[in-house]
Amino acid sequence: MSISDHKQKELERLSAILQEAHQVQGVSLWTDAWKRLKRNKAAMFSLWSLIVIVLLAIFTPLLPLQSPTYQDVKNRELLPPQMESYSLGIKEYDQETERLQTEAQTHAYGSSEREALLTEVDARVKKHPIQLYWLEPGFISKGMISLRLMIFGDFCIPSLFGTDKLGRDVLSRVFWGSRVSLACGFIATFVSLLIGVSYGAISGYLGGWVDNLMMRLVDVFYSIPFIFIVIFIMSFLSGPDVREVLNEYGVGQIHVFFLLIGAIYWLTMARVVRGQVISLKNEQFIEAARTIGATRMQIVFRHLVPNVMGIVIVYLTLTIPAVIRFEAFLSFLGMGVQAPDISWGLLVNEGVQVITIIKSYWWMIAFSGMALAVTLFALNFLGDGVRDALDPKLKNK
Amino acid sequence: MQVLTFLLKRFGWMIITVWIVFTISFFLMRQIPGGPLNGERVLSEAVRARLEARYNLDAPISEQYFSHLWNTVQLDFGPSFKLQDYTVNEVLAQGFPVSVALGILGMVFAITIGMTSGVISAVRRNSAYDYSFMLMATLGIAIPNFVLAAMLIVIFVFNLQMFPAAGWGDISQIILPAFCLGAPFAGYIARLTRTGMLEVLSNDYIRTAYAKGLSPRTVVLKHGLRGALLPVVSYLGPAIAGILTGSLVLERIFVIPGMGSHFIEAAIQRDYTLAMGALMTYTVLLFVMNTLVDLAYSIIDPRVKLE
Repeated sequence: MSISDHKQKELERLSAILQEAHQVQGVSLWTDAWKRLKRNKAAMFSLWSLIVIVLLAIFTPLLPLQSPTYQDVKNRELLPPQMESYSLGIKEYDQETERLQTEAQTHAYGSSEREALLTEVDARVKKHPIQLYWLEPGFISKGMISLRLMIFGDFCIPSLFGTDKLGRDVLSRVFWGSRVSLACGFIATFVSLLIGVSYGAISGYLGGWVDNLMMRLVDVFYSIPFIFIVIFIMSFLSGPDVREVLNEYGVGQIHVFFLLIGAIYWLTMARVVRGQVISLKNEQFIEAARTIGATRMQIVFRHLVPNVMGIVIVYLTLTIPAVIRFEAFLSFLGMGVQAPDISWGLLVNEGVQVITIIKSYWWMIAFSGMALAVTLFALNFLGDGVRDALDPKLKNK
Repeated sequence: MQVLTFLLKRFGWMIITVWIVFTISFFLMRQIPGGPLNGERVLSEAVRARLEARYNLDAPISEQYFSHLWNTVQLDFGPSFKLQDYTVNEVLAQGFPVSVALGILGMVFAITIGMTSGVISAVRRNSAYDYSFMLMATLGIAIPNFVLAAMLIVIFVFNLQMFPAAGWGDISQIILPAFCLGAPFAGYIARLTRTGMLEVLSNDYIRTAYAKGLSPRTVVLKHGLRGALLPVVSYLGPAIAGILTGSLVLERIFVIPGMGSHFIEAAIQRDYTLAMGALMTYTVLLFVMNTLVDLAYSIIDPRVKLE
């Protein structure tokens, strides 16, 4: 009797503890950081603006914009910002083609008039303005463009940002340029992440002379002015002979460019990750992994790397704006993205080139420059916010 | 003595760094198709042979490497490929002082503007001054300097006509580029000064200084600022590297005949010897500046050990 009573009591006590444990919600590093980030109004505002910017960039082909590449020097050279509507003229073109086609039907089969009209129809189909409006869009962009044509037809947003020296719409160029600039930011940062995290983690985990050698190498790299070397390399890559070689392998100059930028921005990441790994590698969970027979590489990439992600993310938020700025800087110098590709740096460069004593075409600089500045501004603010939110010293305060 | 060993050690590392940069760029130059002689003009065999002999391009690559290396050690970068009649040394000697003047002025702008606004922000914490200065600092950091330069040209040169558009030699011609060059770093320095200042001003010895009746000005400038200088000095290293890169763009926008313009021009024109000479100069410059910054740091803060 007393024993079962005792048991009953014990059971109640345990279930009470269990219940209490259920009520206490564990706070992971991420939910905690997110909570703190949500309180930071500037950072949240930046986050939302960035989400909007990225979405706009992704869905640019869907928007009723004018062509970013179609040149009309005669009628539309350097127009100031305006509200005048503009039509793509595809519908008219198609109607004209159809009219010619039906006219061809009226002539006798095999007659010379009919043949002439049919060749004209053929030529018109081949030279369809769509091919001039969007140069070699990718598979997905192509789909989005045709969807856009289905929804909006010939309608275009007027040239709110003016037009450039070749009569191209600046608004549309700023939108299309955002795709390259942002893609560069993310791809190059991803490359730097891969290199930096693996290098730092391996160096930190192996320790000893390997670590010493690897870090000495990083020290040497630190004092190499890579920016100048990249300019050097880009100047070779822009040569026609090299471009041919690259095209043979199916890589564009722009891809090499992305990789290059990523390949020079990994040094700080490697140092930070190494420091973090060294402080973690003697923890018990690593010991535990070793006892169950995990290999070195498994320990590094399955157990150590996930635990340094917090600090890695903090550095990512600093790297992305740095990379975007660097891309803009190089494209501005004519060493980065090359026409017909568009990026924000390239647009600012085009703007600077048309500045003359007689007239300043301010719209060519102001809008692309502002797009760049707003994005970098938001990324900086978000980066500061993320750093504050993830800083372990501030945790639970 | 400690300083001497430090300098010697640094010198050794500098030699290694410069050698690595030299080797990387030398082989990049030679390995990639499209040499400096493959211009728009097709050269006849005889002319090509003579040009190759002049630039020592006909020797085997290992011999070219060592002779080029030996010349570089003797600080002789050879004749320029594209600027005929000039040696690289002459071109660099012309551009170097210009770039240095621009860089120093930009740095002076950055430090004076940055530290002043940083100190004011810290002393008047959470005031309208503080907020507006910090907003401006973040703007300065976020806006790339070439965008800033382009906007300022449109406003100050064309609309207000306060400054000439481009060129070099006059005081009024240097103000705008130097300001644009220093602006991002002024932003960083302002933020660093503010944080450092806030930390220092909460220390006990500041309270003591007030308690013994010193004027607020003396307390802030004499006791506070000294402590707040440390993070700023440690930032000077990256700032100098940034000023070097920034000068590339600004010299181009404002058509200043400095080393940056020459380097970019050389890179575009594939003038290998000139690009190489400029690259070497930049590497050495960066290394020397970083060493000086480290030295300065150990002087301001005796706790820091030179390694």
